[in-house]
Amino acid sequence: MSLSTKHLLGIRDLNKEDISLFLQTAEQFKEVLQRPVKKVPSLRDVTIVNLFFENSTRTRISFELAEKRLSADTINFTASASSVSKGETLLDTVNNILSMKVDMVVMRHSASGAPHFLSKHIPAAIVNAGDGINEHPTQALLDALSIKEKTGKLEGTKIAIIGDIMHSRVAQSNIYLLKKMGAEVTVCGPPTLIPKYISEALGVQVNYNLKETLEWCDVANVLRIQLERQNQVLFSSLREYNLTYGISRKLLDGLHKEIVIMHPGPINRGVELDSDVADSKQSIILQQVENGVAVRMAVLYLLSNPNN
Amino acid sequence: MKLILTEPQLAITIKRLAHQVLENNINLDNTVLIGLQPRGIFFSDQLVTEIKKELPSGNVHYGKLDITFYRDDIRKGLHVANHTNIPFSIEGKKVILIDDVLYTGRTIRAALDALLDFGRPEKVELCVLIDRRYSRQFPIQPDYTGKTIDSIISQKVRVYWKEKDGKEEVTILD
Repeated sequence: MSLSTKHLLGIRDLNKEDISLFLQTAEQFKEVLQRPVKKVPSLRDVTIVNLFFENSTRTRISFELAEKRLSADTINFTASASSVSKGETLLDTVNNILSMKVDMVVMRHSASGAPHFLSKHIPAAIVNAGDGINEHPTQALLDALSIKEKTGKLEGTKIAIIGDIMHSRVAQSNIYLLKKMGAEVTVCGPPTLIPKYISEALGVQVNYNLKETLEWCDVANVLRIQLERQNQVLFSSLREYNLTYGISRKLLDGLHKEIVIMHPGPINRGVELDSDVADSKQSIILQQVENGVAVRMAVLYLLSNPNN
Repeated sequence: MKLILTEPQLAITIKRLAHQVLENNINLDNTVLIGLQPRGIFFSDQLVTEIKKELPSGNVHYGKLDITFYRDDIRKGLHVANHTNIPFSIEGKKVILIDDVLYTGRTIRAALDALLDFGRPEKVELCVLIDRRYSRQFPIQPDYTGKTIDSIISQKVRVYWKEKDGKEEVTILD
């Protein structure tokens, strides 16, 4: 078996076999993380730089932990504390780091396509840790692993993605992955936050009615409103958003079945998700975070192979 | 191609190895058995079945270990990992590692590294179905051997299992 790609730039470039291999390997790393010594020597000859040009808590810690659990050497780079503020270009920054014998690059950037650009100019393997409003492939993989654990399979599972679809790289990566693996996807949110031709472009269903969508789905992946990426008024207020599209206990209790609640974090409690829902046993938010380390170990392990 | 063990011979050999393991570990209270993924499992499954027949009331601790992440040739290709399942502590226990063919000894070297991440065993022993002696690249030897064979590096030893290959025998391919 082998991967069809040298980098993980997006789920869009992967085939079904790649996705299965990532998920299957992640399941083996989940077992490693249960051992008394939660570390394997696989990447002890590999040096990885974590380039974060945009803020992150979960993803950065998760990648760093995954790298350490694989015995890789790691360097952390945050844009605010670097020469980027002195005017250095992205390519110069990365080439300078690579000249110090770094083998792999994990990058988050606010510009969509930044890792794709980089992949055309540097020899190292690149893992996209989120680029603008384009993709967040490791999030989609960890979401898929979490769904698979909960429902047993991806094929035929009904998944609703709810909220700010327009500005969400998590939504886009999730849709690519779930469609490739044969799941059914409905996106739900205010019309201003759902791209107009998404149904034709990505093969998902669109429903503007939250109650109907929840009644349909097995799993609801609730997204954060990305105020930092919105440069115009797309809904009147967060309070109104909560009343129309927020998931409340009352709403879930009114459904005919119990659905699984997911959220990629960070949660804005009381906006897209009420506190008692986020902390309920229906929610697998913390399992998602736990699976994140195993998924990233799998990605780094498989991409570190030079014969890819 | 040369047939080394036929199906009935294979069954008798596994039975003998089960008895030898029990001879040294009379009730298995302080002993755990660990088969090596992927091909060692077919052998260890059968060995454990035989051991359980002799110990109907006994509690046999049997786990499976995958050594992929510990291989010394990890950069030479893409190695897909198999499942590890050791649902008990090996701390202070005697561990018997079980594999189908002992050749260069590199797999067992990796297995010892992997094993120590689960705790500190009192002692580790090795049980193999086929020992290809004179081809070792590490100072490793088996404690229980089904059959010892002399073969040259260009030859291949194949162990076939019913569940996987549809037949059960051991052959040498030139």
